[in-house]
Amino acid sequence: MEYFLQQLINGLTLGSIYGLIAIGYTMVYGIIGMINFAHGDIFMIGAFVSLIVFLILIGLGVTWIPLVLLLVLIVAMVITAAYGWTVERLAYRPLRGSFRLAPLITAIGMSIFLQNYVQLAQGARTKAIPPVITDGYTLMTSPDGFVVQLSNIQIIIMLVTIVLMAIFAWVIAKTPLGRAQRATEQDATMAALLGINVDRTISLTFVIGAALAAVAGLMFVLYYGVIDFYIGFIAGIKAFTAAVLGGIGSLPGAMLGGLIIGLIETMWSAYFTIEYKDVAAFSILAITLIFLPSGLLGKPEVEKV
Amino acid sequence: MSATPILTVEHMTMRFGGLVAIDDLSFVAERGHITSIIGPNGAGKTTVFNCITGFYKPTTGRLTLTHEDGTTYFLERLDDFRINRFARVARTFQNIRLFTGMTVLENLLVAQHNTLMHASGYSLLAVFMPHLYRPKENDAVELAKYWLDRTGLLAHADDPAGSLPYGAQRRLEIARAMCTRPKLLCLDEPAAGLNPKESEELNRLLVSIRDEENISILLIEHDMGVVMKISDRIVVLDYGKKIAEGTPEEVRNDPAVIAAYLGVEDEEVEQATGGAQ
Repeated sequence: MEYFLQQLINGLTLGSIYGLIAIGYTMVYGIIGMINFAHGDIFMIGAFVSLIVFLILIGLGVTWIPLVLLLVLIVAMVITAAYGWTVERLAYRPLRGSFRLAPLITAIGMSIFLQNYVQLAQGARTKAIPPVITDGYTLMTSPDGFVVQLSNIQIIIMLVTIVLMAIFAWVIAKTPLGRAQRATEQDATMAALLGINVDRTISLTFVIGAALAAVAGLMFVLYYGVIDFYIGFIAGIKAFTAAVLGGIGSLPGAMLGGLIIGLIETMWSAYFTIEYKDVAAFSILAITLIFLPSGLLGKPEVEKV
Repeated sequence: MSATPILTVEHMTMRFGGLVAIDDLSFVAERGHITSIIGPNGAGKTTVFNCITGFYKPTTGRLTLTHEDGTTYFLERLDDFRINRFARVARTFQNIRLFTGMTVLENLLVAQHNTLMHASGYSLLAVFMPHLYRPKENDAVELAKYWLDRTGLLAHADDPAGSLPYGAQRRLEIARAMCTRPKLLCLDEPAAGLNPKESEELNRLLVSIRDEENISILLIEHDMGVVMKISDRIVVLDYGKKIAEGTPEEVRNDPAVIAAYLGVEDEEVEQATGGAQ
């Protein structure tokens, strides 16, 4: 029981990170119907920027951790968002209206480019930072001495994710930007005829997705303490899986999918073999898609007339 | 009602490959008038609209839109959203294009996107300082309600747009176009599929938009009951060419128009018009 509870906490933490990344996949798919395969690498960029800014701030002698983390968060979001914007502007916008596979291919190209760029600029070796947020709470101790821990970093990850999700749901439902995104998603031409700058709306979607990925990147750095140029690929594939599992195009679906993938991975590693955790996650995806082709919360594809 | 033109179309030609959809068309839409474009199927009416609203770039020609303050816009040089945002031209479609997944009210708020986006500081205010943004959104909701009331849709404000009956969807499209605060409203067959009672209501709505809101209307319509009753001026197209222009009375009695609609032999037209056409 205690063991299960501990794995539940770990799984939800991991799932939150996947969910934050998955939002970027699902939003972009929703608005322009393409899979942005470079999004995982945007997450990786976010992690690297977080790490670098963190080290710079420490080097400058800023040592009050909450301030450091807040500054890192802001700078990482801004810089990563700029990357997201640039990728869209350079690699996707010129191909909009081209045949369907073209943006997919550039997305994969972008992904490889970003990986190699970071590998060249930062080196191939893993980068580590010492644990920054260390304390936690002991929730319970079992008779045989197993301790259920809820660490502060886990609390922060889950809280930040919940808050960001709430803000984000509000933006989509209630703000002019969210309405413009939904309008563009349904009928971009009509949206333009109503005076909506469709290109800018799409750019902002990439910017928001990248900013959320940056948050996920920072969380990843703080949680695991180790990053390399390749983390974007694995996390990206997982988050993409989460988005598809939840129903690609659906925002609550992306979050739910992220949590499920995180939980499956953790539980499988805890109770079965850690080597096969990815197999477990992807098997669940395959099984779900056989019975629910549009994912858990996705809307069935309706032919536009 | 001043009689300065709001839209001047000069020598507009639109070619698709070898097909000439519009052939050297020139006409003028006066400010505060309802100008109708009629013609048999395939005459190029919708193509004219598509050129005006930036869907197509005309192969040659100039489309000048003039606001009351004398600002002019060359529509053939503006693209997609700028035609609505700056030149203030709104349009509706022959096949209705509402945002069916959104509510009726949201459809009208999307149409006020630019005002709201500006007011909300690109939505940042809406997130971080909602109390500053709220009054501005209320203004937008008021405008939306005003048009819902005018189009008889107030009771449906929170329904999904896709669930409305056909006639109501047509009216909602007009309400949505009006919420962009246009100077020129282009309506593509707004009476299509309406029953006589509904098209009577549409007549009243369009006339009131012209007279009370002082908005110029460009209308494509097959329903002659609507066209003849409310148009100030009619342009008749056939095979992409203008074959007649004038008041409803003049157009109704024009032999070339009758010929185009009834498909009379060319010789007969020449006889009827004394070889003028």
